[in-house]
Amino acid sequence: MAEIELRQVEKKFGDLHAVKPMDLTINHGEFVVLLGPSGCGKTTTLRMISGLETVTGGTIWLNGRNVTWRHPSERDIAFVFQFYALYPHLTVRQNIAFPLESQGESRETIEQRVKEVVDLLRIGHLLNLRPGSLSGGDQQRVALARALVRRPEAFLMDEPLGSLDAEFRETMRAEIKRLHIEQHATTVYVTHDQIEALAMGDRIVVMSDAVVQQIGTPAEVYHKPANLFVARFIGSPGMNLVTVQYVDGVVSMPGTNKLAVPPDWRGALDEALVGGSGEVIVGFRPEAALASEHGTLVGQVYASDMHGAYTMLHVNLNEYDIVHVRSDRLVSFPIGTPVHFDINPDMVRFFDLKTEMAITRRSASD
Amino acid sequence: MTNVVLQNITKRFRTVTALKDVSFSIKDGEFFVLLGPTGAGKTTTLRVIAGLTRQDEGSVLFDEEPIDNLTPADRDVAFVFQQYSLYPTMTVFDNLAFPLRSPMRKTPEPEIRTRVEQTAEKLRIEHLLERKTAHLSGGEMQRVTIGRAIVRDPRLFLMDEPLSNLDAKLREALRVELKHLQKTQGSTTLFVTHDQIEALTMGDLIAVLNRGRILQIGTPEDIYDRPATTFVATLVGTPRINMLKANCENSTLYVTGSTIRLPIPICEEGMPPSFLLGLRPEDVQPHSGGEFPGEIALIEPLGVETILHIKSGEQTLLSLIPGLTDLRMGDQVRFNIIRERLHYFRQDGTRISV
Amino acid sequence: MASFAETGPGSPVVESIRVDQVTPRAKTGLWARLIGAVVIAAIMLIPVAWMTMTAIKSRPDAVASPPKVFFVPSLDGFIGLFADRSQLGPAELAEYQQRTDLSLWEEQALVRGMKILGPSQFVGRLRNSLIISSASTVLAVTMGLLAAYAFSRYEIPGKGDLLFFILSTRMLPAVVVTIPIFLMYRAVGLYDTHIGMILLYTAFNLSFSVWLLKGFIDEIPKEYEEAALVDGYSRLQAFRKIVLPQAVTGIAATAVFCLIFAWNEYAFALMLTGDKARTAPPSIPSMLGVGGIEWGSIAAGSLLFLIPVVIVTFALRRYLLRGVTFGAIRQ
Repeated sequence: MAEIELRQVEKKFGDLHAVKPMDLTINHGEFVVLLGPSGCGKTTTLRMISGLETVTGGTIWLNGRNVTWRHPSERDIAFVFQFYALYPHLTVRQNIAFPLESQGESRETIEQRVKEVVDLLRIGHLLNLRPGSLSGGDQQRVALARALVRRPEAFLMDEPLGSLDAEFRETMRAEIKRLHIEQHATTVYVTHDQIEALAMGDRIVVMSDAVVQQIGTPAEVYHKPANLFVARFIGSPGMNLVTVQYVDGVVSMPGTNKLAVPPDWRGALDEALVGGSGEVIVGFRPEAALASEHGTLVGQVYASDMHGAYTMLHVNLNEYDIVHVRSDRLVSFPIGTPVHFDINPDMVRFFDLKTEMAITRRSASD
Repeated sequence: MTNVVLQNITKRFRTVTALKDVSFSIKDGEFFVLLGPTGAGKTTTLRVIAGLTRQDEGSVLFDEEPIDNLTPADRDVAFVFQQYSLYPTMTVFDNLAFPLRSPMRKTPEPEIRTRVEQTAEKLRIEHLLERKTAHLSGGEMQRVTIGRAIVRDPRLFLMDEPLSNLDAKLREALRVELKHLQKTQGSTTLFVTHDQIEALTMGDLIAVLNRGRILQIGTPEDIYDRPATTFVATLVGTPRINMLKANCENSTLYVTGSTIRLPIPICEEGMPPSFLLGLRPEDVQPHSGGEFPGEIALIEPLGVETILHIKSGEQTLLSLIPGLTDLRMGDQVRFNIIRERLHYFRQDGTRISV
Repeated sequence: MASFAETGPGSPVVESIRVDQVTPRAKTGLWARLIGAVVIAAIMLIPVAWMTMTAIKSRPDAVASPPKVFFVPSLDGFIGLFADRSQLGPAELAEYQQRTDLSLWEEQALVRGMKILGPSQFVGRLRNSLIISSASTVLAVTMGLLAAYAFSRYEIPGKGDLLFFILSTRMLPAVVVTIPIFLMYRAVGLYDTHIGMILLYTAFNLSFSVWLLKGFIDEIPKEYEEAALVDGYSRLQAFRKIVLPQAVTGIAATAVFCLIFAWNEYAFALMLTGDKARTAPPSIPSMLGVGGIEWGSIAAGSLLFLIPVVIVTFALRRYLLRGVTFGAIRQ
């Protein structure tokens, strides 16, 4: 399996900077997700790795070889597209065998490899059908089989689950992950859905506006977002971000709310806010807020969403600031009623108002 | 605004029956969601209500009056398509004004201007009014599409998966906005989707549709807590419900192919010889002193919670636990099953009420 | 190639292009294809170039053997085209040669010993061509558009059969039906009339225009009109405001094809017209002169005949290009 390295890789379309110079190392067998909203540069980056797109600057290395200017077919990479790209006039079996046939493999090898892959993805019952008569989920399995049968150095997947219904996406997500664990194949996966990224990725590269915002494990990007963008983008809904005043170890939140800042944050905040107006952004995830009768913070219920196993409350701190609080379904929260809650001090983060970067605290655990 | 009633709507397309005996009613001001997989007949239902497709049997009533013989224009409904509703050669302003400029309406230009500007404000797109729609982002385009529907102030909104083509994050944001808009306007809305999260979070009432048939109509809580069929139970709820083959013997429930057995009073009451047990992932909790053994087959960390795939005998159960976990793939675990919210279904998929 | 794989192209690539398309091999391939295309195009234009040269050659030059590439231009071809001439007898010839009040044309005619009798019928023929071609194109496109829209949007019983029937009319070589139509026209009194030719060309073009336009209209998502219907527009209004603007390229492409067919049509024009409604194509080759075929005039006539179509095609070239490839990509 491959180690893929991007060194200062960038892409411009005329004056438009689609991907600003980026460095990325993908280790053998790693599942790396390029995550970001439409237009952030993730698909362009993937295409540059595959050779379907030229780089404007920088180099791409595959297993220590400089492949920046090598023909896409010389890179030994399999590409899985969002819209399956199956040949409609061939049967499923012929579709899967196609890459091997065009490489001139022997009949026996082809039969054996096709069988392997078909068993792995459990699509044996579809072999004689044409893609047109298959469901979206099945078509995507066939597309995966076709990519797998080549045993390439690496897999590049461009939003393969994007065109599937929500319920299939869940199943296929687990299947792709299961496949990855069994095959241990180096995979670069592009998506705009942060749930997919968190569930599947060994590491996530969060991108926005052609720039890499953060590279980290799911736990890192979720609990230690590097800036406001990552904090908002990861998690559904994103992190609650409220502009507050910090004075002397206490943060004044909208409404009459005051939050005591844990001691290990105070040093970092004092330093970060020196010479400023004392304004800072506090961030906490909906599950960090616990609604309870004795909560020290208070707001008004603006809306209450049913999410199946839990309820998501939209709480007004004052007229403008709304935070999301996750609550179990046992208590009901009618609209307009006040709700009291606490914020878990261990799960609080701070961000600089101007730079939008996370303020890091000095503590042993960070 | 209006209330809508569908009575026994059937629609056939040559060999396929797209809708079979579909009936439901939407109250004035309600946000009604039609939930179902691709191909279930959701779009056909909307088109029948709008008058773009003629049903073979049954009747559609607005405020108790059958409207089957009215043209789409006369029905005064607004249709938000999934795509292809913005005219690429016109500006955002002209797109929003288009419905008001229809010969049927004869609205004077100054009034058109005011209404377009008001609508643009509501959707926060005033700064885009002079732009050509081809130069908008996906989210902006969708706002304009919704604006085109709102500007008319029709008696009914029909929305065909309007958020499906948007990025996940945009979808989240627009979901909230749409619901808020609907509540403040009090507009009767029929919203169609395949995404159960949209249905649960936005709907006042949900109707689950599959292969042209309505399976269940209820509030989000009804649909989630008391699914009428295995299809509804599997469709709604993420991660999906564990549906396990089971049977009763000597007042104990045995899950086929697993070591799970539960002494349950229901077993005394004449259950069918073989049935299905529906178990939501949040009701499967690993615990060091847990009753049943299992092995971790897959871990999906979602930040706020983690999905564990636990192998118990031949069955794999999904378990939902809060936060992150130290468990690794292959770990042997013990887990408990919370019994307060078990679901039982016959082999044919229908719910067994207890 | 190895060095390219290491160093890449000379300057940074700032367009969307695949890696295998920027290799030196790919570049030379591109140039080769480009040059090849230019050469082929040039070769195909040789007859046209030759024709243009012949149009401005004097009579002897036009029939010279071996053919002359360099020559002194002459208006003889055009004069023969636009004017009826007759050979002057020796007495008249001498008289004309004395005169000083001759116009440019008359002088040219004198070179060959001819005098100008009056304007030829060519301008009239050209006018007929113009009238008949444009009228039939307008009719074929208009009716075709409405029919195509109906076929595209409505469920018509036997639609497939009807469409095939329409297509099948094009499978017939037109020549096969010239005699029957000639007899029919004679009987009905449409022989040698503008109306007769217009109707005929419209009928022939209609099948083509329905099929072509249906393809274009199929490409326009019907959600656009349906949204308008729901908003209160009638079918016709929705058609006018939404379908029409988006179908413009298709209409332009169809119109050009119909125009070209009608303009160039020869067989029926020859058979079904006499003096009054004859179009240009049959009249050009029949320019026999005294003592042989007037090649210069034929070339001049062909050249002038070519020009309107070239202008129209050039003006609509952008639409044509889109039109030719429009139906190719399916979502």
